[in-house]
Amino acid sequence: MLNIRRETIISYAFIERNFNLLKRYLNWEILFFSYSIVNALTIGLIMVGRGSSQDVLYLVIGALIWGFLSIMMREVSDAITWERWEGTIEYTFMAPIYRITHLVGSCFFAILYGLLRTGLVLAFMPLFFGEHIDLGSANWLTMGVTVCVSSLSFIGIGLMAAIFPLLSPEKGQAATGILQSVLLLISGIYYDIAVLPDWLQPLSHISPATYTLRSIRAAMLENASIESQAGNLLLLLGIGIVLIPFGFWVFHLAEKYAKRVGRLKRSG
Amino acid sequence: METPIYGLTVRDVTKHFKRSKKPEDKLRFTKKIKNILKPEKEIIRAVDGISLDVNIGEIYGILGANGSGKSTLIRLISTLLLPDSGSIHVFGDDVVSNSMKVRRIMNRVSVEASFFKRLSSAENLIYAARLYGISSSEANKKAQSILDRLGFETKRMDEEMESLSRGMQQKVAIARALLTTPMLLLLDEPTTGLDPKSKRDVQAFIEEIRNDRNAVIVLTTHDMAEAERLCDRVAIIDNGKFIAEGTVKELLAMVPAKENTTTTLEDVFIALTGKNLEEGDA
Repeated sequence: MLNIRRETIISYAFIERNFNLLKRYLNWEILFFSYSIVNALTIGLIMVGRGSSQDVLYLVIGALIWGFLSIMMREVSDAITWERWEGTIEYTFMAPIYRITHLVGSCFFAILYGLLRTGLVLAFMPLFFGEHIDLGSANWLTMGVTVCVSSLSFIGIGLMAAIFPLLSPEKGQAATGILQSVLLLISGIYYDIAVLPDWLQPLSHISPATYTLRSIRAAMLENASIESQAGNLLLLLGIGIVLIPFGFWVFHLAEKYAKRVGRLKRSG
Repeated sequence: METPIYGLTVRDVTKHFKRSKKPEDKLRFTKKIKNILKPEKEIIRAVDGISLDVNIGEIYGILGANGSGKSTLIRLISTLLLPDSGSIHVFGDDVVSNSMKVRRIMNRVSVEASFFKRLSSAENLIYAARLYGISSSEANKKAQSILDRLGFETKRMDEEMESLSRGMQQKVAIARALLTTPMLLLLDEPTTGLDPKSKRDVQAFIEEIRNDRNAVIVLTTHDMAEAERLCDRVAIIDNGKFIAEGTVKELLAMVPAKENTTTTLEDVFIALTGKNLEEGDA
């Protein structure tokens, strides 16, 4: 039977390890953080002088939320990539731990890290945009709830993305990037999904990022309450409830395949 | 009569891999294209019908050249590969159907000491110990004691792994495996590539474990002297098959001594496999 206390301690091992790695690669972290700021600025500045402060914020929210969701998906997938490169994956898979414990630990780290980095980037935005963005009417509670609920769906997607590096550390990361690009295209990160070709729009409706952005934009631009966003939030919750077990199942199949054909062996 | 329960029982285990065949240099263009689209596959019989029993308190050596199937067998026992056929039991539990129970009592040291290179040995060991439900304080205490016995300067535990020598990294790898007090210890070429001093330290420590605890130890090596010194029984593996098994004395008796010389394990290996240990086939 699952011993919750033991599994929590084991899950913590992955969070602690990843924060330790983060400390060791602090120079790189500063570089990535700077890139996130530059990216959000570049996108937000497109509208400065052309549109209203609402339009600037519309794009900045897109950049920030996309940054957060990408970090979450990438960190879950990178947890596997990293272990493949270092060769430690065999030791992790040999340890007496449930895969759910392993992946939940990696997901928790991804959420904490994503929130930390996006929060810091957000804190920098008023310094650059000044009066061009107005956060005065933002409903932070709705935004926070949306971020939490949408995290579930992105963990599910992250779990599915993690199978790519599990099967091939060389090409797996690129495959994860392709998955991210598709989500970027269909989810209306920087534009309304109505501008997409008709044949692509059905895909937008199954992407959790579409509802995440819709809800967060409503919260930040129109001070929307949680109740008014209940529809989006329920959809996000539903997608998360489906995607997480599906992600675990897909990962389980990939692990079994890797053990059958001998893909866990160190390479690189 | 009851069947005795061994620490490790392997029965007729087979593991084959499919690998793309290397194309011939002089192929016609159409055949080359066909090869790219649908590469020809060949079957590698990495482990081919191996059976063995290891008693509690015994060190069982597997001697073989590179690519002979030693590491594949270790990976099969350690639940990292699924066998195509046959069965493996650790203290009576099947490694496939009862893998979680088996993992709790087993650990492994591999030829490449795989770690998070930028983390310190202490951080790596605490992480590894936590996966087995061991607290950081207990892990730290145990790690210090094991590393000390292995001749590792414990004051260097906070240094990043990448700044440690290969010998020191391998000692940390041994500490990682022993932190969990395994009843089955799989040592996959633990001394390959080590300097003579580190090699002696590690070998002495393996002897110490055998004397201190009733663990089952499987040691793969291509070092004849190491096999002679440490192993109670030795199997010789070639092309995925065991071609001989017995105590060192029994194996030496298989090959008659040449005039004025005594037979060595190397002579036995060459006589039985037709190759020396430096040769590989994969």
